[in-house]
Amino acid sequence: MAKITLSKLRHSYLSAPKSDSDYALKEIDLDWNDGGAYALLGPSGCGKSTLLNIISGLLVPSEGQILFDGNDVTALPPDQRNIAQVFQFPVIYDTMTVYDNLAFPLRNRGRDEATVHERVMAIAEMLEVTEMLDQKAAGLSPDNKQKISMGRGLVREDVNVVMFDEPLTVIDPHLKWKLRSKLKELHQRVKATMIYVTHDQTEALTFADQVVVMELGEVVQIGTPVELFERPAHTFVGHFIGSPGMNILPCELQQGTAMFAGQAVALEGPIQGAANGKTEIGIRPEFVALADHGLPATVTKVSDVGRHTVVECEAGGQRVNAVVEANAPAKGSAVHLAFRQDMTRLYVDGWLATSPAADEQGAA
Amino acid sequence: MKTENQKAWFFVLPVLLLVAFNALIPMMTVVNYSVQETFGDNVFFWQGLDWFQQILRSDRFHAALGRQFMFTFLILIIEVPLGIAIALSMPRSGFWVPVCLVLMALPMLIPWNVVGAMWNIFTLPDIGLLGYFLNHTLGINYDMTQDPVAAWVTIVTMDVWHWTSLVVLLSYAGLVSIPDAYYQAAKIDGASSWAVFRFIQLPKMKTVLTIAILLRFMDSFNIYTEPFVLTGGGPGNSTTLLSIDLVKIALGQFDLGPAAAMSLIYFAITLLVSWLFYTLMTKDDLN
Repeated sequence: MAKITLSKLRHSYLSAPKSDSDYALKEIDLDWNDGGAYALLGPSGCGKSTLLNIISGLLVPSEGQILFDGNDVTALPPDQRNIAQVFQFPVIYDTMTVYDNLAFPLRNRGRDEATVHERVMAIAEMLEVTEMLDQKAAGLSPDNKQKISMGRGLVREDVNVVMFDEPLTVIDPHLKWKLRSKLKELHQRVKATMIYVTHDQTEALTFADQVVVMELGEVVQIGTPVELFERPAHTFVGHFIGSPGMNILPCELQQGTAMFAGQAVALEGPIQGAANGKTEIGIRPEFVALADHGLPATVTKVSDVGRHTVVECEAGGQRVNAVVEANAPAKGSAVHLAFRQDMTRLYVDGWLATSPAADEQGAA
Repeated sequence: MKTENQKAWFFVLPVLLLVAFNALIPMMTVVNYSVQETFGDNVFFWQGLDWFQQILRSDRFHAALGRQFMFTFLILIIEVPLGIAIALSMPRSGFWVPVCLVLMALPMLIPWNVVGAMWNIFTLPDIGLLGYFLNHTLGINYDMTQDPVAAWVTIVTMDVWHWTSLVVLLSYAGLVSIPDAYYQAAKIDGASSWAVFRFIQLPKMKTVLTIAILLRFMDSFNIYTEPFVLTGGGPGNSTTLLSIDLVKIALGQFDLGPAAAMSLIYFAITLLVSWLFYTLMTKDDLN
C-alpha cells in the first residue's frame, strides 16, 4: 500500500513531440492517497488508459516521475512495482484451472505452496468463487472471468494499487451493478488504493470517493461526485457529467452583469479576474424551474424519463433543459424559466469564473 | 402452422453430385479393380480379398510404409518447432511484417516438380552449389545418388525448406490474434517468457497448429512429385515412399489389382491417422 505521486508527468507516443498537441498526456501533477478509491473519468481517447499504463509500468513516460511512497519507480518494470491491473477484456489463462490462475502470480514469485494455498483460498472466498476452483477457467462466464483476473491482482499481499481499465465493458447489464458493489466491498476489505478508469459517469460516481475528470490529455477537475455535480470547474465537466448535462448558454457581460437573450441573469457571486474571452452561463437542468416570470421560452420537447420529466425549451436561440418533477407543460407552450441563483455559474473560456457570494460560502 | 415438406433435399443435390463425380465414382473404380484380376480387353476375374491379403503380407509394402512413417515423422518433428520458433521471432507490426510474410510464402508458391528439379541440381556433387561446396570445399563425401543417408537428408531438408512456411504462417496468424492485454497481464503477474509461451501463446495457437499439423501430415504422407523428381526412390529403394512404390506397381508393373488394393489401404491409413489426431486434439474443446 502506498501513496502514489505523479510529478510533472508528460507523455507522447511520438519520438520527437513538437507542439502541445503531440502529447497524449499534458503535464500532470497528482497525488493518489493511500487507500483511496479513485475514478479516472473521461471520453474515449482522453489519455486515461495512457495514464493508467504509466502508473502500472507498461509504459515509460516521456517526461516526469512516478513516486510510490516517495520512491522513484519511473524506470521499474510492472512486476517489480507490486501493482495489479484488471483489463477491459478479462485476461485468464485458458488452460489452467481457476485455482492455478489465482496461484500463478504467487508461483511466479517463488512462494511456497502452503502460502499459495492459504492466499488462494482466502481470495476465492472473498470473491465467492470457492466452488469453481477446480474448474477450467476457459469455461467461465465473463463476469466470473473478470473476478478471476481481479483475484490474480489481489492474491499478492500488500499490492500498492489495483487498477481497473473499464472492467465492466463486457459484463451483462444486470451483473454490472453486482460486480460494481463487489468492487466497492473489496475496497473496504483490502484497503488498497484503487483506480478505476471508465467513460461511464455512473460507474465513476458510484465507485469513487474522488473522481479525476480528464479531457484531451489534461486533468480538468478532481473532486467528490457532489463537487463535480454542483460546481463543475469546466464546462466540459458540466456537460459530461449529468443526464442531461449542464446548460451552457453563451452570454454577454455588460458592466459586470451577465446578459442572456436580452435579460440580465443573476449569478451566484462575483466574477473572479478579468473576464476577457468567451463567456458562458452554466446552470444544471435540475436548477432550472418553470415559473410565472423570468426568461420567456418555448417548449420544444418533453421526455418522461421515469423519476422526473426533462423539458427541452428554446430561449434566445439556445436550447435550455429543465428537470420538472410533475405537471410538465405541453410541447409548443410558452413558459418562463427561472434559474436558481446560487447554482448559476459563469464560465470564461470554458473555466469557472464566479465564486459563491460571501454570505453563502459558509453554507456551501 | 409450420408446413413440412422434403424440398430441402433438392438443395443438397448439387453437393451430392459434385462429391459423387469427383470422389465416390473414381473411388468405386479403384474398389472395382481391387477385387478383380484383369489381363486386358476388359475381361475381369473375381479375386475377392486376395490382393488385400497379398499387400498386407508383403515385405515390400511394410518397408515402404515404414519409410513413409519415418519421413512424415522427421519432417513434422523439424517443421513444427521450427515453424513456431520462426513465427515467434517475426515482428508483430511495422514495415517488416509484409516483407517477412512474402519471404515466407515464396517457397510455397513454387510447383512441386520445380522444387524437386531445383534441389536435384542444387545438390549435384560437381556442379550444384550445395553439392560442390560440401564435396570440394568442406571435403564431405556427399552424393545422394550413391548414399542413402545423403538421399534422406536431402529429401527431408527439401521438404523443410518447402513447407515450414505453412506452419509459420498459421502459427503467426494465431499469435497476432492474441490481445496485448494478455502480455501486459503476464508482465504484471511476473510470468517468465517460458510461462508466456506455455500458458498464453501455445494455447492460443492450438487450433491453428492442429490444422497445420494435420495438413502437413496429409501432404507429407501422400508426397510423390518432389522425391520422385529428386531421387526417383533411390539409391536402391532407400527413398521409395508409399506413393512412389504404388506408382511403380500400378504403372511400372501394371499390376492393377494389387495397386488398387494398396491405394485403398493407403487411403485408409491416412484417414485413420488424421481422424485420430484431430479427435484427440479437439476433444477438450467440445465440453
